Amino acid sequence: MASEYVLELKEITKIFPGVKALDKVSFQLKAGEIHALMGENGAGKSTFIKVITGVHKADGGEMYLNGEKVDFKGPNDSQAAGIAAIYQHVTAYPHLSVAENIFMGHEKVKHGMIQWKEMYEEADKLLAQLNADFKSSAEMGSLSVAQQQMVEIAKALSANAKIIIMDEPTASLTKNESENLYRIAEKLRDEGASIIFISHRFEDMYRLATRVTVFRDSKYVGTYDVDKISNADLITAMVGREITDMFPKPEVELGEEVLRVENLSREGFFKNVSFSVRKGEILGLTGLVGARRTEVIQTIYGVEKLDSGKIFLNGKEIKIRSPHDAIANGIGLLTEDRSNLGLILDWGIGRNITLTEIEKYGNKFFTNDKAERAAAKKLAEEVDTKAVSLFDKVSTLSGGNQQKVAVSKILASDLKVLIMDEPTKGIDVGAKAEIYDIMGQLAQRGYAIIMISSEMPEVLNMSDRIIVMCEGKITGELNRDEATQEGILEFAMAKSLKNTADK
Amino acid sequence: MENKSVLKKITGSREAILFLIVVILAIFIEAKSGGAFFQLDNLNGMFKNYAVDFVIAIGMMLVMLTGGIDISVGSTLALSGMCASLIFRDHQELPIVVVFGIAIVVGLACGLLIGAVISYGKVPPIIATMGCMNAFRGATYLVAHNEWVAAMDFTESYKNFAQKSYLGFGVINNLLVIVIILYVIFYIILKWTPAGRKIYAVGSNAEAASVSGINVRKVKTICYTILGGLTGLAGGMFTSLYASAQGNMGEGLEMDCIAACVVGGVSMTGGKGNIVGVFMGALVIAIIGKGLPLIGVSQFWQKAIKGVIILVFVILNVLVQRSVDKAALKRREI
Amino acid sequence: MAGKSGREIIAEQPFSWKHLFLRWESMLVLLLVVVNIMNIAISDKYWSVTGLFRATNSFLNIAFMVLPMCFVLILGDIDISVGSILAFSATMLGVTYNAGAPMGVAVLVALLTGTVCGCINGLIATRFTELNPMIITFGTQVVYRGLCEIILGDQSTGGLNNVMWFSNLYWGKLGGVVPYMFIIFVVCAVIFGIVQHKTTFGRRMYAIGANREAARYSGINVQGTRFIVFVITGLFSAVAAIFTAASMGSINNAVGKGTEMDAIGICVLGGIMTDGGKGNFIGAMISVFLLGLLEYGLGLVNVSSNVMLVVKGALLVISVMIPNLKIVGNRKKKVA
Repeated sequence: MASEYVLELKEITKIFPGVKALDKVSFQLKAGEIHALMGENGAGKSTFIKVITGVHKADGGEMYLNGEKVDFKGPNDSQAAGIAAIYQHVTAYPHLSVAENIFMGHEKVKHGMIQWKEMYEEADKLLAQLNADFKSSAEMGSLSVAQQQMVEIAKALSANAKIIIMDEPTASLTKNESENLYRIAEKLRDEGASIIFISHRFEDMYRLATRVTVFRDSKYVGTYDVDKISNADLITAMVGREITDMFPKPEVELGEEVLRVENLSREGFFKNVSFSVRKGEILGLTGLVGARRTEVIQTIYGVEKLDSGKIFLNGKEIKIRSPHDAIANGIGLLTEDRSNLGLILDWGIGRNITLTEIEKYGNKFFTNDKAERAAAKKLAEEVDTKAVSLFDKVSTLSGGNQQKVAVSKILASDLKVLIMDEPTKGIDVGAKAEIYDIMGQLAQRGYAIIMISSEMPEVLNMSDRIIVMCEGKITGELNRDEATQEGILEFAMAKSLKNTADK
Repeated sequence: MENKSVLKKITGSREAILFLIVVILAIFIEAKSGGAFFQLDNLNGMFKNYAVDFVIAIGMMLVMLTGGIDISVGSTLALSGMCASLIFRDHQELPIVVVFGIAIVVGLACGLLIGAVISYGKVPPIIATMGCMNAFRGATYLVAHNEWVAAMDFTESYKNFAQKSYLGFGVINNLLVIVIILYVIFYIILKWTPAGRKIYAVGSNAEAASVSGINVRKVKTICYTILGGLTGLAGGMFTSLYASAQGNMGEGLEMDCIAACVVGGVSMTGGKGNIVGVFMGALVIAIIGKGLPLIGVSQFWQKAIKGVIILVFVILNVLVQRSVDKAALKRREI
Repeated sequence: MAGKSGREIIAEQPFSWKHLFLRWESMLVLLLVVVNIMNIAISDKYWSVTGLFRATNSFLNIAFMVLPMCFVLILGDIDISVGSILAFSATMLGVTYNAGAPMGVAVLVALLTGTVCGCINGLIATRFTELNPMIITFGTQVVYRGLCEIILGDQSTGGLNNVMWFSNLYWGKLGGVVPYMFIIFVVCAVIFGIVQHKTTFGRRMYAIGANREAARYSGINVQGTRFIVFVITGLFSAVAAIFTAASMGSINNAVGKGTEMDAIGICVLGGIMTDGGKGNFIGAMISVFLLGLLEYGLGLVNVSSNVMLVVKGALLVISVMIPNLKIVGNRKKKVA
């Protein structure tokens, strides 16, 4: 029975303990098309992909490949059926060669022995198709992220995959590398493959896809033609509601300079970074992935060591050798990766909030449970955390609420400067607005805020000043009034623009 | 642009560095002992006595390649050697091959138990093998009813096995022949078969291996089982060599084998290491073991020296990796 | 800054009898009762003040190593060199005394030795954080035991019982009834327990064990804490050495063998998991008496030490395996 769809899923349901990850989701992939899959974090996209590739077994629903019903028992089955996935986190063997990574599981074997020469030759051929600048004998661990991704694609090619799935393929790439990826994707399509890709970036979608499917809250919302749907409608589909007044940044009178950094440098990461922040100011620090903003912040917070440069607090030079020093000097950090770095997921809300300043509640040596809980309750309620009790495990909270707990934790300390690294990453739109509200209030209270963000609307609307970095250097500084998306992007791409100009 | 990592360049010549160390050590001992080291008798004795270490080190490498460790090998050797010897004592008509076979089977069983407990029971390797180390040792004494199997309980041919060279064309000692054959076999398996490469894959990135369909738990269990089997074989070799089976056999053996692997460049976190390096590492341990007494260092110093070697090499590995990482950072243009 | 919704968060946790009885520690108490019943059945001299104290004296010397081992495991580290530190400290004690020094000096030397060993472990572990403490303490364990062999050879160093006050540390009783060692142990245990559960240091330890990086970002001095714990572990291994030496009167190079497995096994059975951040002190203490009295009782019926080895080895493996197989719940549950 032929079908116009090369892949079709009907009413797929997947349940994990306590969570319905997919709720009767449907999807159709036409032959030779590039199809975008969009939705907020937690909408079910990654789980969906894992069902297609056989990593997860669906609890309900059916899957059809070229019209034939299929039932994958594991990733091997889906690979054998011609489906290949390129995940966000490269699943590579760093100690093994590129060729081995490509052929792991289906090596070229004769009489039980691996034919190394043949394998290296084949692998090199595949790499040449992708314009790779390295050989298949290279050790995987020595390659850059973009190069490793190319190896993943080579893997898909070697398996003769007819359906290729890409999960956030441009997330870690520079503009140039993304261009290369687009080219490769189109080439694959021209040669007969059908592609599904997940991306948060509209530019990816516009560039590559003909149709886009939206998931929301584990459910299928709809499939649209890319050239027929507007951005606003797409957002509405993803979010389910209209967002008005997302950015209530109040007007704040700026005070004097609180933090100043001069010529910060760290070998291999960034060079000569200098900026300052004033009381009540929100300084937006933006750039593309790979700009090394987080690395700069890590040295200010004492997590990593500076090779050279000076840090001044209220005009006085300070040395920060550890997060403890930073906090003692009044610098706090809301980490980008809150579930691994910012919070202890196994613990309750209360104990997370009080961890940094644990000596404040009893005395230096002994803890005082009662005082601790009272303080935690106050802080958690101030940011409107949606939880029942202080003893709720943080892992049971939604992303937005976890972020609020992380914010409470920081506010437990006596701080002058707040660094917020991607404060609304992975948070649903409703909670985002609440975080912006909190940020505005903090600015009003006199904190100096450095906000790292990759989301243009956030950067443009929340910052008083914007600093743009590109590959470890500051390439531009803009005021709130003069900043535009294009202006920022130009600074953010300064290096690659220069490179392409030279070519 | 050839992107061969600096680390590859260093490890490519790591075997060369090791060989250099072996040579320097040997020459040093030869000089200090007034020419006693490079005697045929001495070298023969060294390989005979340390053949057991060489054999087990292969299995230890497999286990370490998957990111694990096994400190129970001494006890496994004792248990398998004792079981085989006890049976042999009461059935002296059994051919040598069968006796060795029994030892291997007991070793395989021990290894399988350990592997299953670690892979399926999710017990950390150090805990699992620490518990088994004691349990197997206790079992050894119990099985022997606290006695030993003495030389007179063995047949002449069994005792001769370790002393003769009939498997090695009359030139190479039997035990050494076993060592050579095993090293060649495992060299081929690890470099030339998909199964061997799977072991590296599991050690390099277990999650990726699992996602790509490799049964990680099965691979790890098999590695521990093979280690057990090799240890069992070593048990047979040991009892033949020392013409007796005592409850305290093999105590401290794990130290030698781990040292051999660590010196040989096997990474504790898995995915890195090769059999040539392990051979060199075992050779270093053997030379130290055999050579130190020749230059007047009492046997009581052996332990401390080997412990220091383990620590030094393990720390050295870290320092090398740090400088490689630093060099990689320098290459990045900003 | 007030929350918009005015929602109130509960800050009190109601007491639940059910929770109390379903806890792992309650099961341990039950087992402890069973073991006591068993011992009473074995010997009619057991259930008396003298009988009980004789029983506890048989294992409390090693229990001094359990105290810091709790901390080590909570941190997510491990230290398998404690038995060898015990041996080395005891060796130094014996050798110092037999070289003519007063016993008091010998005891100080022992304590110093243990502390130095702990420092070495700690320095390597905190300077080379890429290394798993398992391989570090495996290496140092070999070195410390090796040092005993160098110093003693296959001889033993003895005569320690000639010093009355030293011998009394183990054999002496307050008022002729309560062994001094018991008193000292209880005092130490109370201190360790308070530190683990009621101090900021203890809270930091749990944080480090639960999530080392998050603890670091929270301003906790992770390496400093780990170092201190390794040093304390070395020190208390020396304390255990002193009591052991007082009990035996002479030291050879095999003293303390297997005691690291005992210490870790007691902690694990007591609910302190090897991955760190979980478990509580009471469980470990109950476990000390549970396993100690069990071994004592089995000793009374002449169960061979080899059988004990097999049982203890199997027990260690099984106690770590069971929670992983999710047969018994609750042990992996952690403090709010």
